[in-house]
Amino acid sequence: MAEAPVLSVQHLVKRFGGLTATDDLNLEVLPGELHALIGPNGAGKTTAIGQIMGEIAPDRGRIIFMGEDVTRLSAPARVARGLARTFQITQLLEDDTAESNVALAVQARAGHSFRFWRDASRDARLLEPARAALEEVGLPRARWALPVADLSHGERKQLELAVALASRPRMLLLDEPMAGLGASESLRMTEVLRRLKGRIPMLLVEHDMDAVFSLADRLSVLVYGHCIACGAPEAIRHDPQVRAAYLTEEDAV
Amino acid sequence: MRNLLRDERAWVVALLALAAFIPVLAPMLDSPATVGLATRIVIYAIAASSLNLILGHAGLVSFGHAAYFGLGGYAVGILYAHYGSGEPFLGFIPGSNSLLVTLPAAILVGGIGAAIIGALSLRTAGVQFIMITLAFAQMLYFLFVSLKAYGGDDGLAIRRVAPVLGMNLRDAATLFWLCLGLLAVWLFLMDRIARSRFGRVLAGVRQGERRMAALGVRTYFYKLVAFVIAGMGAAMAGALMVNYLRFVSPDMMAWTKSGELMIMVILGGLGTLLGPVIGAGVLVALEYTLSGITEHWQFIEGPILLLVVLFARGGLMGAVRQLAGRRAPAPEAVPAGELPPRDALPETATHG
Repeated sequence: MAEAPVLSVQHLVKRFGGLTATDDLNLEVLPGELHALIGPNGAGKTTAIGQIMGEIAPDRGRIIFMGEDVTRLSAPARVARGLARTFQITQLLEDDTAESNVALAVQARAGHSFRFWRDASRDARLLEPARAALEEVGLPRARWALPVADLSHGERKQLELAVALASRPRMLLLDEPMAGLGASESLRMTEVLRRLKGRIPMLLVEHDMDAVFSLADRLSVLVYGHCIACGAPEAIRHDPQVRAAYLTEEDAV
Repeated sequence: MRNLLRDERAWVVALLALAAFIPVLAPMLDSPATVGLATRIVIYAIAASSLNLILGHAGLVSFGHAAYFGLGGYAVGILYAHYGSGEPFLGFIPGSNSLLVTLPAAILVGGIGAAIIGALSLRTAGVQFIMITLAFAQMLYFLFVSLKAYGGDDGLAIRRVAPVLGMNLRDAATLFWLCLGLLAVWLFLMDRIARSRFGRVLAGVRQGERRMAALGVRTYFYKLVAFVIAGMGAAMAGALMVNYLRFVSPDMMAWTKSGELMIMVILGGLGTLLGPVIGAGVLVALEYTLSGITEHWQFIEGPILLLVVLFARGGLMGAVRQLAGRRAPAPEAVPAGELPPRDALPETATHG
């Protein structure tokens, strides 16, 4: 643990009225680590992602990214420093093609877009990195030129990841990339993440326990916004507190 | 050839080329009013197309676009009034009756007006944004109603317009060709912008602000620049309209005028190149024809517009596309949950 963490969340608190969605949350993601954040529904996982990304302002606590306190920075400022996220409910530009969705992410990373003359859909500087990202997530080539509205749910999940990758992130926040996927699609997504693992540190929120336990280097277990345990998959699997709070509940269902 | 027919730009070029013959054909058909009607359509097409940049491409429902149309008109009118009186405007800006001076002045004024109104109203969104743009336009409307020095309610007349580069603008055909040329230039610019990186950001703003934030794009300044460009286009159209009517009044910036411009864009097809031009043509022609038949022409116009909006999604351009079946057929849908391996998809659907 000598390495400085990529992301460090310290004593984070967020209340919505009477509900404490994030309750003194502490979390560290190390360089190259795939860190999974699990917990029952309503544990505040997505709220935590929103705060790390800068979309939701925390009430208390600090978020340190790459050694810099980013707690007060806007989402675009954090993206500029290398954070990228995917959404549980895909946020894609529905009328545009898969390719131009990714190309827009490349463009956003390439600096300002006050360029009024050249045809962006023929700009190799945008298309080549976009196509590389689409290859990386394994979206079939035949689907690249289709409008997002015509893609299947699984393909949209792949595209969501390609868009995040295209911004050349120094860290990825993945909000349930497997949600709603069929068994074979889930396996394919797991393989894509396994290939990315080690190259890009990731914070993975996911309900698919097979995927989580096969991918994660470490897990943090969130219950009512509080981290009740953090450790290697084997340790978490046998942690009595976790079993009581979470895994048994899951088994009982 | 089929590709050419699919390209909206080819249709725009063909339409503009055909329109250029109107002043030649009109006297042969013994309908001299046609040139004037066509001039109005061309001018409104510029104004509607400028609104389309923010309404159609960026999805910003601005309900005060006539403000810039009127500002452009008043820039011409006020400069002419000072040319007539010999007194400089604000004590240091000399008046003018030359379009070479008044048109750039109008565009500048429209741009500044849009920058101020846009900078304030773009801090809001949704219904608030609609109401605040409307409120600013109404403020300007009442400002000019109360400006007795420039005619107030009655407006200003422009009598002697100087020739531009040897062109006599009092000649109906010459003015029409000038307006048509400016429409062509404007549409070319709009097409470049829509396809550029800037245009891609505007399309992103329309489809998902949340996604744009997650991509790290600060959308405010992009929206503001689009607002300014649109304001400049509308002001150019307003300046041309005042040259055509030889008259400017606060009616040019009434909220009903903003509504008409919105109807033109929606009727023709939001976010298309040709749509606002078609919308302007249909609305102006409809009003002209129906008002010749009955005094209560709006009673007929309303249901017609309603039918188009209800049954032609994407306006008239959408209807044309549907009829022609031009929307590229989607490759067979892959059942959700089971995706074939990457190379197992039919070759025919391969792109890029």
